[in-house]
Amino acid sequence: MAKHGFKRASILPGFWPTFGYSVLYLSLIVLVPLSAVFLKTATASWAHFWRTISSPGVVASYKLSFGASLAAAAVNVVFGLVVAWVLVRYRFPGKRLVDALVDLPFALPTAVAGIALTSLYTEHGWIGRWLAVVGIRVAFTRLGVFVALVFIGLPFVVRSVQPVLEDVDPQMEEAAASLGASRWVTFSRVVFPLLRPALLTGFAMAFARALGEYGSVIFISGNMPMRTEITPLLIVTRLEQYDYAGATAIALVMLVASFALLLGINLLQWRSRRYAEAA
Amino acid sequence: MRPRTDAARHDPALLRYGLIFVALLFLGLFVVLPLIAVFAQALEKGWGAYWAAITEPDALSSIRLTLLAAGIAVPLNLVFGLAAAWAIAEFQFRGKNVLITLIDLPFAVSPVIAGLIYVLMFGAQGWFGPWLNQHDIKIIFAVPGIVLATVFVTFPFVARELIPLMQAQGTEEEEAALVLGASGWQLFWRVTLPNIKWSLLYGVILCAARAMGEFGAVSVVSGHIRGETNTMPLHVEILYNEYNFAAAFAVASLLALLALVTLGAKRLLEWKMRQDYADFTATEGAEG
Repeated sequence: MAKHGFKRASILPGFWPTFGYSVLYLSLIVLVPLSAVFLKTATASWAHFWRTISSPGVVASYKLSFGASLAAAAVNVVFGLVVAWVLVRYRFPGKRLVDALVDLPFALPTAVAGIALTSLYTEHGWIGRWLAVVGIRVAFTRLGVFVALVFIGLPFVVRSVQPVLEDVDPQMEEAAASLGASRWVTFSRVVFPLLRPALLTGFAMAFARALGEYGSVIFISGNMPMRTEITPLLIVTRLEQYDYAGATAIALVMLVASFALLLGINLLQWRSRRYAEAA
Repeated sequence: MRPRTDAARHDPALLRYGLIFVALLFLGLFVVLPLIAVFAQALEKGWGAYWAAITEPDALSSIRLTLLAAGIAVPLNLVFGLAAAWAIAEFQFRGKNVLITLIDLPFAVSPVIAGLIYVLMFGAQGWFGPWLNQHDIKIIFAVPGIVLATVFVTFPFVARELIPLMQAQGTEEEEAALVLGASGWQLFWRVTLPNIKWSLLYGVILCAARAMGEFGAVSVVSGHIRGETNTMPLHVEILYNEYNFAAAFAVASLLALLALVTLGAKRLLEWKMRQDYADFTATEGAEG
């Protein structure tokens, strides 16, 4: 960078208007409103803040939100890898349609997903009635929260693994096979390590999305206090009671968790890029 | 002809069929079945009831509000996306990566918090609450709040499609046009825009789909006033909570159709982008 200035010289026009407008718009829509959460908390008393975020109902919601999000992201790592593998490596009729459908959880409005999943998993639903026979209840239980979060996180792992798997050099597997490695050894020792950063990124993204998810969960969870209330729901109930300070305190905990995850995901991507460039 | 190296990548037939079966079962249970359920339940009481549910006044007003919110949010975020991509891709400056990360911020925030922040700013007890009250301006529990929340949750879509593409395309073409005497606007309309048109359209479609489907953020700021501040997803929720399932799924089916159109458009645009890229590399090769 020339002379340690802010911007490197360029003959192209329009830097200051576009840069200025971007920063202004970003500040007005995102940064200033988000800072309200931090400033609002700063004006409340520490004792009240602590009492809010450590009350039994709120702690129970952290456990459910974190636990179900972790479990759903883990399930998506396993099945997402299988789906990505099948889509990249095999040929079968209807493959392009299947590939397109993977994105449905991104595209389907969360409220629609929520009521659709609920109707499937109630005792009279298409899936729920068979699970009821073996005594498993999904709708209005914690299991229901997990099911909704699996749905919402489904595309992340598939879409982060797919391009990496497509780029795996065939010669590596060829070399492993010619050295006498079995298919499983080739996969676990050669292919899997190449996919690991993408799997981890997909996991973190699915987890982050699941933590904040609201629309698809609140229908199927039944929202029973202490049992099936997720953390975002508690923010909404506090707001409905005009308890702004309480809602903001819980929101701050969630924001800190999300920002930590975002930082982690960026570090992961930065590391895997550096790894790819070095290779 | 399949290349010979594929022999080493060939999985045994049993494993192949097994994995395909597992993948299809998983997607069938978690994606296809919910989708079918939406349409099946929407039509449970016949086409007449379906038509009545989506044409009753409250449903129509929710459709109008949804289109209005998307109609404001998409152009705003389109202009921002173009401005941000131009500044980021065409110039080198300090803190660029910080700016890129900040643009993605709305994706990392729970939709509920996206609604909350505007309540803290403009709600009755918020920063500007008393002032707005004095001047009789309503933002929260009114249409402006819904638009703001929609703008927030769809904020990054256009920018994040354009930035990587324009960074990859580099600045040579623009610089050449400038040397040949093009003005700034000519540069944009004749050189940059044709290169990014499909990605731009793709970003706009994703942005519009999310704008129309947003639930959590809009729910917090809307106040759920029937016929006034209900968007389509909120109308679905109300009908569902009133045990009016067929009507709830009828309105939901419109949103599901929108999702399917989005997926179709995505496929088409990806194909277009690949084609453009193939043309681009072909001409590069012919020139070189």
